[in-house]
Amino acid sequence: MAKELIVFIDMEIPEMLTRVEALKLEGYRLMQIHCTRVESGYEINYTFALDLPSQNLRIHIDREQEIPSISGIFPAAFLYENEIHDLFGLNITDMLIDYHGRFYRTSVPAPFGQAKKDTGGGE
Amino acid sequence: MRILPMAKIVLKSLFRKAATQMYPLITKEYYPATRGKVLNDTEFCIYCGMCQRKCPAGAIEVIRAKRYWALDPKRCVTCNYCVEVCPKKCMTMDKRYTAPSTN
Amino acid sequence: MGERTVIPFGPQHPVLLEPLHLDLVIEDEKVVKAMPSWGFVHRGLEKLAEKRDFIEFPFVAERICGVCSHSHGMAYTQAIEALMSLEIPVRAKYLRTILAEFSRINSHLLWLGLLANALGFESLFMHCWKLREKILDIVEETTGGRVIFGACRVGGVNRDIDAPTLARMSRLFTGMEKGFREIDGVFRKDYTVQKRLQETGALSRADAHLLGAVGPVAKGSGIPCDMRRLGYSVYNELDFQAVVETEGDSYARTSVRIKEIFQSVGLIQQAIAKIPAGEVSMKITGLPPVGEHFEMVEQPRGEAVYYVKGNGTRFLERFRVRNSTFANIPALLKILEGCELSDVPMLILSIDPCISCAER
Repeated sequence: MAKELIVFIDMEIPEMLTRVEALKLEGYRLMQIHCTRVESGYEINYTFALDLPSQNLRIHIDREQEIPSISGIFPAAFLYENEIHDLFGLNITDMLIDYHGRFYRTSVPAPFGQAKKDTGGGE
Repeated sequence: MRILPMAKIVLKSLFRKAATQMYPLITKEYYPATRGKVLNDTEFCIYCGMCQRKCPAGAIEVIRAKRYWALDPKRCVTCNYCVEVCPKKCMTMDKRYTAPSTN
Repeated sequence: MGERTVIPFGPQHPVLLEPLHLDLVIEDEKVVKAMPSWGFVHRGLEKLAEKRDFIEFPFVAERICGVCSHSHGMAYTQAIEALMSLEIPVRAKYLRTILAEFSRINSHLLWLGLLANALGFESLFMHCWKLREKILDIVEETTGGRVIFGACRVGGVNRDIDAPTLARMSRLFTGMEKGFREIDGVFRKDYTVQKRLQETGALSRADAHLLGAVGPVAKGSGIPCDMRRLGYSVYNELDFQAVVETEGDSYARTSVRIKEIFQSVGLIQQAIAKIPAGEVSMKITGLPPVGEHFEMVEQPRGEAVYYVKGNGTRFLERFRVRNSTFANIPALLKILEGCELSDVPMLILSIDPCISCAER
């Protein structure tokens, strides 16, 4: 996909929720949600698409912070949110279907949430 | 609605040569490009360990001091990367797959 | 009104080969609600990208899944090339596209065979796989792998295909199109197939959009969701239209896949006619810079979203795959609500699930 078609918009959590609702009314569909570990904590990307160009809403959060679920607005979000909860150990509230950490049964709790040097083994 | 649209194909297949081969008796001809299994000519190997470092599956074990080279066939994904990076070009990709064990 | 019972379905099931577990809440014979359970084949391949050199990682990316393997390799290498702002040789792009369409035909024939098998239609199953065998043979001859092609590398493709072989690949379809038409006729006209597929698992256009369905599931419900229209690789130079059906039932999804086989044949023939001469790979210098990129490709099962984030070293900071099956699971749960218990394996199959893609 051409680089200019991808827009990243940084925002705060309450602003993000109102924006997501607005996007739903405009007819966007949820493409994906993913989480990335950054130096100051984590960032979560919400990608929405209307036909082909996409919009990325991005929030920055700490490990302890609670993130409200958007599965009330886009029902399909529950899978992505459970994935983030299980792999990164983040606290997402009010999910449509909450697996309470049993979505992925990993041997290490929150394996993706740790920095690179902490993860031993696997080789 | 037509009756039994499959019948025509089935009847045709019935009178044609079989699409399958009698496997253990007739083996398939492999293509020159087929990635079957990795071989190493240890006579020319310098045990540099390049293949071990580059292997995406961690299937190769090289101990330089003991002049030891081993490939774990169960981990190998036959990606051909070790053959590409080998500095002495002593590794080759054989087009035949590993033969089944018979004992 | 009957009593509600929970029936566990999968991960081992005679008809469904995928390791997906569903808890079906049923009332009499009707499914009221389905709850997926997950994580049987999670391998943490996204995390592995942080430990593997970005040049070596295509080998791992191609092994995320067996059937859409080539599109995984293609998407990963495209994402890295875009991140590094590399312009790869045009011939390499054409070869990737040709192989991607071969893999689409392979995947759809495989799925049609599995569908026929689930219907109990053994002869049709064998016939679909007989046709698929010819595709696999030509792919093995040109790339070296039957299932995992191993064709893509960062900066191009591993192996050039010479002109006589390309001509033979194009000619292959003059004989095979008759075979495709025959199975198309059976799927269209056979009484059993119609009875099992028509009007089961209907998904409306609005639901498909809301639940974020992609690929043949969305196309079967009338949404022209085809990432090839983005024009990645050389799709902008080829002439095609997204295949769309409007009924939204299992039959529409089957029909989309059959039509896509014919579409892929056309695309392969166009690409082979247009392919320019030249290099097939370029030398890579430098490392992925600090930055991020989204790559969207149309896999046989639908759209896949790749996200790569570089940090200026040989290892990626973050690698993320969102596969088509992952996006289709909410749609599947919607389809299952209110269906007959005996239709469940059929309906799960109708979204063409690939759990090893979805869990990575």
